[in-house]
Amino acid sequence: MAAAGFYRPDGTEPNAVSQSATTGTASAQLGRSRGSLGDKLFAGAATTSGVLVLVLLGAIIVSLFIGAWPAFRAFGLAFVTTADWDPVQNVFGAAVSVYGTIITSVTALLLAVPLAFGIAFYLTEIAPPLVRRPIGTAIELLAAVPSIIYGMWGFFVIVPFMADYVQPHVIDAFDGVPVLQDVFAGPPFGTGLFTAALILAVMVIPFIAATMRDVFMTVPAVYKESAYGVGCTTWEVMRSVVFPYTRASVVGGVMLGLGRALGETMAVTFVIGNSNRISGNLFGSGNTIASLVALEFGESEAGSLKLSSLLALGFILFVISFIVLAISRLLLRQVKA
Amino acid sequence: MSATMSETGQKANVGQMTAKSDAALNEPRIAIRGLDFYYGSNKALKSISLNLPDKQVTGMIGPSGCGKSTLLRVLNRMYDLYPGQRATGEVMMDGDNIIASGVDVNQLRARVGMVFQKPTPFPMSIYDNIAFGVKLHERLSKSAMDERIEWSLSRAALWDEVKDRLSASATGLSGGQQQRLCIARTIATRPHVILLDEPTSALDPISTLKIEELIDELKHDFTIAIVTHNMQQAARCADQVAFFFLGELVEVAEAAQIFTAPKQKRTQEYITGRFG
Amino acid sequence: MSATTMSGFPARDLRVAGQLSRSRKRRNRVAKVLCVVATIIALGFLASIIFTLLRLGIGGLSLTVFTTVTKPAGGNGGLLNPIAGSLIQTAIGALIGTPVGILVGTYLAEYARGSLLGNAVRFVSDVLLSAPSILIGLFVYALLVNGRGYSGIAGSLSLAVIVIPIVVRTTEDMLRLIPISLREAAVALGAPKWKAIVLICYRAALDGIATGVLLAVARIAGETAPLLFTSLGNDNWSLSLDKPMSSLPLAIYKYAGSPADDWVQLAWVGAMLITFGVLTLNIIARVALRPRR
Repeated sequence: MAAAGFYRPDGTEPNAVSQSATTGTASAQLGRSRGSLGDKLFAGAATTSGVLVLVLLGAIIVSLFIGAWPAFRAFGLAFVTTADWDPVQNVFGAAVSVYGTIITSVTALLLAVPLAFGIAFYLTEIAPPLVRRPIGTAIELLAAVPSIIYGMWGFFVIVPFMADYVQPHVIDAFDGVPVLQDVFAGPPFGTGLFTAALILAVMVIPFIAATMRDVFMTVPAVYKESAYGVGCTTWEVMRSVVFPYTRASVVGGVMLGLGRALGETMAVTFVIGNSNRISGNLFGSGNTIASLVALEFGESEAGSLKLSSLLALGFILFVISFIVLAISRLLLRQVKA
Repeated sequence: MSATMSETGQKANVGQMTAKSDAALNEPRIAIRGLDFYYGSNKALKSISLNLPDKQVTGMIGPSGCGKSTLLRVLNRMYDLYPGQRATGEVMMDGDNIIASGVDVNQLRARVGMVFQKPTPFPMSIYDNIAFGVKLHERLSKSAMDERIEWSLSRAALWDEVKDRLSASATGLSGGQQQRLCIARTIATRPHVILLDEPTSALDPISTLKIEELIDELKHDFTIAIVTHNMQQAARCADQVAFFFLGELVEVAEAAQIFTAPKQKRTQEYITGRFG
Repeated sequence: MSATTMSGFPARDLRVAGQLSRSRKRRNRVAKVLCVVATIIALGFLASIIFTLLRLGIGGLSLTVFTTVTKPAGGNGGLLNPIAGSLIQTAIGALIGTPVGILVGTYLAEYARGSLLGNAVRFVSDVLLSAPSILIGLFVYALLVNGRGYSGIAGSLSLAVIVIPIVVRTTEDMLRLIPISLREAAVALGAPKWKAIVLICYRAALDGIATGVLLAVARIAGETAPLLFTSLGNDNWSLSLDKPMSSLPLAIYKYAGSPADDWVQLAWVGAMLITFGVLTLNIIARVALRPRR
């Protein structure tokens, strides 16, 4: 337990007088890393891992772009606007699949957002406390079901249901109604853009509902209580206090759902019908970027223009999803802070 | 003053306070000279000079934000964890300026232990809680470790309560037991100095009394600095009391003197409850 | 007093107030009913999925599924190689992704607070968390497979990339829940910062981090899209990491779309196995381990 020297691993003699003289400069460095080797190694490993995440993102962008370069060079910007996908003529364009991606994702959101809002409202304000957790967990389980299972379920359950019960009646109902008769037209096979959108809606509901529930929970109780205090009903509190207070984050949750829907692959591949034309009606078949890549990839030779065009589609999907997810994160940022 | 006294339900009285008047102060274990402390550009301690007498208790009192906890965190260099916090001046202990660069802070902290406001049991067994600190600095055989653990728990007046459940989780202990466990954990590394940062503010009166009795017991072997908001506690436990205000050390004296005949007007106003 | 209030306003017309109150209450009731209906619809989807899997999958369940490798249609094959391939690739993916994810989460919670680099890492990690998994597959294809051939290790690496952001998020969240005083208490005993993190903070956050790892394993166990371009699938028994490797999702994808009845039946058995495995992992993670939400 010898006191002298144990502070100074370098073995220099402690000198009180000179020490006090140099204290000013010495203390200026106090915040710096002076810890043991273990501290430096661990901090280094943690920081390196953090940087690795950035490198990963950069590598994804760069590798997709390099793979896509032959297609971009061959077709230029027209790649995005060309509707052809003709492996025989070696002409490829992204227009059909970009169109299908956007139509299915937006339709999915139109279906999912009201339901997700209802679920979130139910879970935060209506449900008896005892069932909130089990029902919330059950909704979250919907997000855990693998994508390919949604594909099989969609193909074997939803597609026949749509063909037998929904599509024929909807087509009849809108027959003669301007615009809508064109939107809801097409052969009632059960597959197509609308069915894909419906499955996507089921898949993104849990993400949107969970985000909405979490942001609704952040509303301070006093705000709600003061609204109840002047006689508001539960719905009025939701509409005029909770929703305005959380609007930006709710939009962030919806964007998160959109980001999920845009890149969903297996479920869509099973039910979209896989055709390469732009169809104005929702019951017609089509393609999304992800479904086209999944379906055509196996038939593409390494180094072919087709493979490069598929990677180019991947690059476009990456750019779209990144923008949507980035907006979502920015809108949701204040929730976590 | 009598109101706060009855609040704590303690038997503190003036007689006990004055009983300490004959205790002269020992040689300093730690000598602080011209200490300044900064949070970024904000100066939180201004030119502090203070001795901590060896094997005696120094009580630090003052209103919230006066710098007393900051001073405690200088003595074991806890501020090193936070960029932007820095100290200048001199804190001499055993011939070394402990705030100079080049000091091995981990070894320093083995010599200057600290107990916090809220009990901080680690999420592991009672035994492992104490062994954690010891293992950082010493390699002991199983039997030597057992011995050390019994010794430290006994010194912390906890042995009888936990000796049959040393492998139980420490988080299952009551608040007062947890705080005594933290004291045992601190003394198990055999420090010279123990820093107590409002160690009883989260405890009930009975547990508080136990901790105070413990402090009285521990000062035979350790130099102790205690920050407290409770003036009766300072009067009961401390040999020397330092009064801080707005980052300055206003007055330091033997406990009996500061509570009976303070020299500074601000000290008198504070201890009679006019502010703070 | 009966005609006017003290402030001079006319007294409330009780009839109008009653009508207003009734219509407001009705609207409230309608909104609540719609919300209950929305929840029931969503739960109905989950029930329909589970019921369909049981109805179509349970009939094909037999010991051969677990003891026989895949065979040509009509050959009475099983799912032994897809199951083995899934276990191997999921395990390797989790083993590579988890330590990296924990380190990144530790960097964000313990070292990066407020720094520009830290904010960038957190942002990118959160974007990757929701990024389409098919892109991860294309990325690993372009990086490792193109020119070298499909392999089990490429599949495992694509799954590891998916694991990282999930583990990052839970690790950072869990470490942030641990009070500063616990770290300070460890440091005050003379522990260097890294020991305080590894021996104290990790232990205190163990349940939460384990939850994140379980959820990540559940997620990658069912991933199909990234494996399409990396491990490709393999109809023969093979445990070599440098050759194409089978996996349950890929086998399901291949068999579900086939015209052969026994293959479709096997696809449903595989779908049932993987879904109940994944849901069980989720329930364990969410109910048993998560202390509170």
